[in-house]
Amino acid sequence: MAERKEFTCIVCPRGCALVAVPDGATYSISGHACARGEEWGVQEAVQPLRSLTTTVRVVLPDGSDSKRRPRLPVRSSSDMPLARVLEAMEAIDAVEVRAPVRAGDVVLADLMGLGVDMLAADSLPAGEDDDGY
Amino acid sequence: MIDVIETGAVVLGGGPAGLAAASSCAEAGVAPLVIEREERLGGILKQCIHDGFGLVRYKEKLTGPEYALRDRARARAAGVPAMLETFVSSARRTDDGFSLHCVNRGGVHEVRCRSLVLATGCRERTDRQVFIHGDRPAGVYTAGLAQYMVNVQGLLPGRRVVILGSGDIGLIMARRLTLEGVEVEGVYEIKPEPSGLTRNVRQCLHDFGIPLHLSATVTAVHGRGRVKGVTVADVDDRLRPLPGTERDVPCDTLVLSVGLIPENELAASLDVPIDPVTRGPRVDQNMHTLADGVFACGNAVHVNDLVDYVSESGDAAGRSAARWATGDARPRTLVPVKAGAGFLSAVPQFVDISGGGQATFFFRTNAVLPDGALVSAAVDAGAGAGEPTGARANAAADGTQASATGRALFSRRYRSLRPPEMERFTVDAGAVGDDADAIVLTLDRKEAGRG
Repeated sequence: MAERKEFTCIVCPRGCALVAVPDGATYSISGHACARGEEWGVQEAVQPLRSLTTTVRVVLPDGSDSKRRPRLPVRSSSDMPLARVLEAMEAIDAVEVRAPVRAGDVVLADLMGLGVDMLAADSLPAGEDDDGY
Repeated sequence: MIDVIETGAVVLGGGPAGLAAASSCAEAGVAPLVIEREERLGGILKQCIHDGFGLVRYKEKLTGPEYALRDRARARAAGVPAMLETFVSSARRTDDGFSLHCVNRGGVHEVRCRSLVLATGCRERTDRQVFIHGDRPAGVYTAGLAQYMVNVQGLLPGRRVVILGSGDIGLIMARRLTLEGVEVEGVYEIKPEPSGLTRNVRQCLHDFGIPLHLSATVTAVHGRGRVKGVTVADVDDRLRPLPGTERDVPCDTLVLSVGLIPENELAASLDVPIDPVTRGPRVDQNMHTLADGVFACGNAVHVNDLVDYVSESGDAAGRSAARWATGDARPRTLVPVKAGAGFLSAVPQFVDISGGGQATFFFRTNAVLPDGALVSAAVDAGAGAGEPTGARANAAADGTQASATGRALFSRRYRSLRPPEMERFTVDAGAVGDDADAIVLTLDRKEAGRG
């Protein structure tokens, strides 16, 4: 059952101390200084959402690890429930990518049925050559 | 005979500051040579895989590598050449510019230029610099090194980690290591307040139930060959360990997030004056140091908490370097900036009033002001118009007690101010006036909380 919650707002550097009190199906927020903080506070009380960034393994065409760029950074396409983040890490652990990769490419579609994709956050040129750009 | 390369401008460092400087310099008509120690451009952003970059500059929440991609695309489009895996071993002033000795796989090269932009970033404080002495077992890493291992190399530094210091990289690594299955025993911070941003304390520690121990520090590292544990203790209000509070914490890794220091070895060798507080070169609003022809930007000037501001300073440094290289620069008229009580640091330290335009200031307070304060900038021309220029200059140099009673340039009430969070405001350099002895920054806590 819903209960009173207290947390620090992270929308801006001010860091307001928010209090969320159950109010029917939602929460009423106090302690906020702006509308963005109130909106964030309701979401945080109902279900905290976070983005997720991590890395995946980069393999060469023969299946061995890339020596020059062994990991590719990846990001979630949108926020996902904080409570599912550790489970998501296990699902992402199995992903391997092969060059070339372009930033924005989907490396894992519909993570755990959440409607969130994991996207490449960097590009990998073909082969092991790279001009540094 | 060593190989000699002649160019209008050189940018030292290919991170976000250097790439912005090189791009804006090239866009102003002088394609500079970027000299970078690593094999890929992008600097520290390459290993900062978390998001939150670019909110100011691009109004988007980017990861570090994504922000770096934009920097590299801009530099490539501007036609900026880069010498990678190249180390500058010495720099000296010549009759018409600078001569740099560079070492890379191709051997030793001399690079000659008219404008020199220092975009060398900063370095992490190490265990030796925070007085952790004794054995040197494996398993003691700075947070940035741990970040490189995990995010770039795909290696885990250990299985059970203690983090000393609550700087942002330490907080971010606490989360990152937890996500990778490493047990983070806790974060210990010697000060009574976290050093990192409030939002990082929330989303990196609270989200994962990682304890933050304030007013506590690591007093000893145990283990031969490999870390076996650390001793932690609470500290008193003078940051001294309190006898009787020591406890041993088993761990195989100690990660340090205990501060960043601008890297300015080459600046020192060129006699560029350094600010003892920021530990970077003193600059005007165009990022020109007090040494003619030497420009500086990004974390080499002062440690920023947003890369967006690093890029902004790079843009300014690049434009100025291009003007200097083409001989279009006018003589400067520098007015010193005096930051009064309550400020930890303020950049720029001088405003050049010869060309008008805008001057953007960045400042940090020296204490947490939860109710904020009124921050003002005003021109001090207190020595009077009738006195000789030399006497006025001396008065300004001694005028640390000066108050902002002169012409107002800027005033704003900040609702909350914390040392980890750098604030920014802009003044009209054209409004400073030729009679100015100084620009005085004041911070009034009594004016807090209104408006």
